[in-house]
Amino acid sequence: MALNPAYLLQGLQMALAVALAPLLTGLVRLVKARLLRRRGPSILQPYRDLLRLIRKEAVIAENASWLFRAAPYLIFAATWVAMALVPTFATGLPFSWSADLIAIVALLGSARFFQALAGMDVGTSFGGIGSSREVMIASLAEPAMLMVAFTVSLLAHSTQLSTISETLQYSTVGLRISVAMVLVALILVALAENARIPVDNPATHLELTMIHEAMVLEYSGRHLAMIEFGAALKLLLYVSLIGAIFMPVGMAHAGDGPGALAIGFGVYLAKLAGGGAALGVLEVSIAKMRVFRVPEFLGSAFMLGFLATLLLFVSKGGLR
Amino acid sequence: MDLSLLSLALYAVGALFALAVAAAVGVRSKVVLGLVYPLSAPIAGLIGALGVASLLRGGLESTVLPLGLPWIGSHFRLDALSALFLAIVGLGGCAASVYAIGSGRHEPAPARVAPFFPAFLAAMSVVVLSDDAFTFLAAWEFMSLTSWALVMAHHREPGNTFAGYVYFVMASFGTLALLLAFALLAGPGGHYAFGAIRADAGSQRLAGLVLILALLGAGSKAGLAPLHVWLPLAHPAAPSHVSALMSGVMTKVAIYGFIRIAFDLIGGPQAWWSLVVLAVAAITAVMGLLYAVMQEDLKRLLAYSTVENVGIVFLGLSLALAFKANGMSEAAALAMTAALLHAINHAAFKSLLFFGAGSVLFATGKRSLDALGGLIHRMPATSALFLVGAAAISALPPFNGFVSEWLTFQAVLVSPQLPQWALKFLTPAAGAMLALAAALAAACFVRAFGVGFLGRPRSSEAAEAREVDGFQIGAMAALAVACLLIGVLPGPVIDALSPAVRQAVGGAGLAAQAGKAWLTLVPISDSRSSYNGALVFLFVTASALISASLVRAIASRAVRRAPAWDCGYPDPRPVTQYTASSFAQPLRRVFGGMVFRAHETVEMPPPGDPSPARFAVRLDDLVWDWLYAPIALWVGKAAERLNRLQFLTIRQYLTLVFAALVLLLAMLSLWR
Repeated sequence: MALNPAYLLQGLQMALAVALAPLLTGLVRLVKARLLRRRGPSILQPYRDLLRLIRKEAVIAENASWLFRAAPYLIFAATWVAMALVPTFATGLPFSWSADLIAIVALLGSARFFQALAGMDVGTSFGGIGSSREVMIASLAEPAMLMVAFTVSLLAHSTQLSTISETLQYSTVGLRISVAMVLVALILVALAENARIPVDNPATHLELTMIHEAMVLEYSGRHLAMIEFGAALKLLLYVSLIGAIFMPVGMAHAGDGPGALAIGFGVYLAKLAGGGAALGVLEVSIAKMRVFRVPEFLGSAFMLGFLATLLLFVSKGGLR
Repeated sequence: MDLSLLSLALYAVGALFALAVAAAVGVRSKVVLGLVYPLSAPIAGLIGALGVASLLRGGLESTVLPLGLPWIGSHFRLDALSALFLAIVGLGGCAASVYAIGSGRHEPAPARVAPFFPAFLAAMSVVVLSDDAFTFLAAWEFMSLTSWALVMAHHREPGNTFAGYVYFVMASFGTLALLLAFALLAGPGGHYAFGAIRADAGSQRLAGLVLILALLGAGSKAGLAPLHVWLPLAHPAAPSHVSALMSGVMTKVAIYGFIRIAFDLIGGPQAWWSLVVLAVAAITAVMGLLYAVMQEDLKRLLAYSTVENVGIVFLGLSLALAFKANGMSEAAALAMTAALLHAINHAAFKSLLFFGAGSVLFATGKRSLDALGGLIHRMPATSALFLVGAAAISALPPFNGFVSEWLTFQAVLVSPQLPQWALKFLTPAAGAMLALAAALAAACFVRAFGVGFLGRPRSSEAAEAREVDGFQIGAMAALAVACLLIGVLPGPVIDALSPAVRQAVGGAGLAAQAGKAWLTLVPISDSRSSYNGALVFLFVTASALISASLVRAIASRAVRRAPAWDCGYPDPRPVTQYTASSFAQPLRRVFGGMVFRAHETVEMPPPGDPSPARFAVRLDDLVWDWLYAPIALWVGKAAERLNRLQFLTIRQYLTLVFAALVLLLAMLSLWR
């Protein structure tokens, strides 16, 4: 019977992820607006947007196929399952043993695969722009992310995220250069993957500057709602991932009592708030790069991750 | 009744040879040619089943037949490694035969294809069953020869003759390298039987040279860079079911040859061997994919992707060599399992993809992605199955490609324990290149599926394509189901592989996966890493269904079809879509400069001038320019100089014969 609370917690985490994702997006928009001396929309506005979109009729191109209609749900499902694997307020939840950090990267890759295909489905040139730029960015961001995964896995002797969190929380890993390098690399990758400035502007209306938005240009109604929800969930995933790996304080463990869980939950909300505010400040402070500077941006993330892995491979101390 | 599996397999091989001869004799009769594929399918299926049965049952069988050289005979052996690759050959051949039952009806030159197909299957089976060098090489050459004949079947099409010529040269080079390798292995005693070579294993001199020669010989057949150049020429030139066999199965037979020599016949490996193989494998993986991304011809794209996957298999094999050389048997088992599982997975999804490409070629007559499009509406089954193959090869969970990539990454993550410094530097670099290859593979297949099957038709043939017949779809569907099953239930497959793994690297192998909770895959230990394909698949499906049903419950179900939005300026002409070249442009811009010296020239007319702008892309194949073109040039020059030997006088010929005799006697005296 000790297993049942763990399953409940896992279900709670999945429900929490879905509930908090639009809130995080709303927070980022609010911070950006306030920094630009605007009142900005309410923090609950993304929920209202999603409800509005869900109730609308979906207008689909005449030559769109079944893939176009199924893709939003597949993208949402893959992102949601990947989010279920990331420790948020507690580590060691049951589903986290089914897949590890590499599987998370691959699930996000699946979501991106179907997103890019959906962009090509209607046969417009804007869909092609979005998909081709997205796969170019992915071809550099995913290796950088895998290098980050390698580094933290080598430190924790495991690819399971729960084990990584606990190792970086308790062991005397200390301030290693590799950890600092992969933190920077993961932040760069997170900016690229979530289509944030400086890689892509999520609020742009100019099609030739779009990457993610161009892929979803043909979507409307409930399909667009699912895709935006999936994008919000992906942002939540990356912020949670950075929090779980690099700031693993305050997280409860499997089998802890309600007090520890409440603390873990509170700390998690604080991490989300901090991450969202930091993202808002960053987006306001710098300008978007032109598309062909992005490979240099991601190439440096890749190099940082690779150097961190190399340092761990050749270092004499601390690796069994 | 305890029939030996090996003797059954040999009878089946004999039946295939007999079928080939019958087809050759009855080549003018449509009835006979039409029976070739329906007969070879069950025989190949039987061979595959025998391989699986032997793998599951375990044990070792060998026999000697009085064929071949009189003082050697032909040795055959069915051990775990042979059984695994026999299963791949048999099941791959069965799928190709079933596909060909459908596609062979429309083959323009059946007399050139049908007699050689069963012979090709038989030769590949004999290669994996052979237990002495002579049988191995004879079967290897026969395999090359029959596949060459199949490549030349459509010899009137432009480029096919050149493809056949390059294939011929490369296959001869490969056999030469293997011949030298076996000669060194046989040693001064001249023992060609593998049993004698194994008994001799520790005392071989020049083992490193044998490995290099095996890498050149087997690697050229498998498609390692820079010996891969024949692959993208020859594989697309053959008929589609043969392309699937060549890419999916023949490359695996070449990998079997390498494993047999490097892990079985040579004896204990040395650490520097793995350095060489690792470097070659990592470069092959990335280069193969970069070439694939630039291709417009669908079949050439798939052939280059084969090169990449062979690189990944050899990466796993090099890690296995490194771990075996350092005595780390559990890690070696992990790396070997990753390599063998990737070989199986690649055989499955590459065959599936080639069958899809063949169906598209049959339905539209076009191979170029720039002439396809919109096929998801006209050929729904083929498109869905090609999508499964594309998802599998891009290593997306829950399909099988992800499992073998995951295992390879786990093997890379165990490699900090290797003591050699050069390996400590190279292994993370190889891991980085593997990560790059994984991401680029997804990019490549988004492009192939997106441009070829989605969007609007770019030619009238694509607009009028019709779905292909049941046999072709059935073969593809069987392979797609296999891809999903291996991805969702990898534990039983890995347990089935472990006798072959144990034979190759020694030691106890990986822990049995059958007993793990909830069908999880735990290669090393629970605390280190685990993957549960079934649960991931269930969760993704459940999440998709839950979200879809919730949304339909809350939301409006209304759907309205309208013209595409396209930002308010929809253009009805399909030519405004992205072409294959335009989709690859960002990747070309990022990677192309270094690897291909990609050069784009744009000629824009001045404003007001109504003449069209011109855009040209030039890609240089550096491997051709720097390696093959100079070699071809020198060989030509040397041939011209040597040609003078044809016009000597009698006295000069006699002098030459005398000098050769003196030289040989001197060598003989030195040897003694």
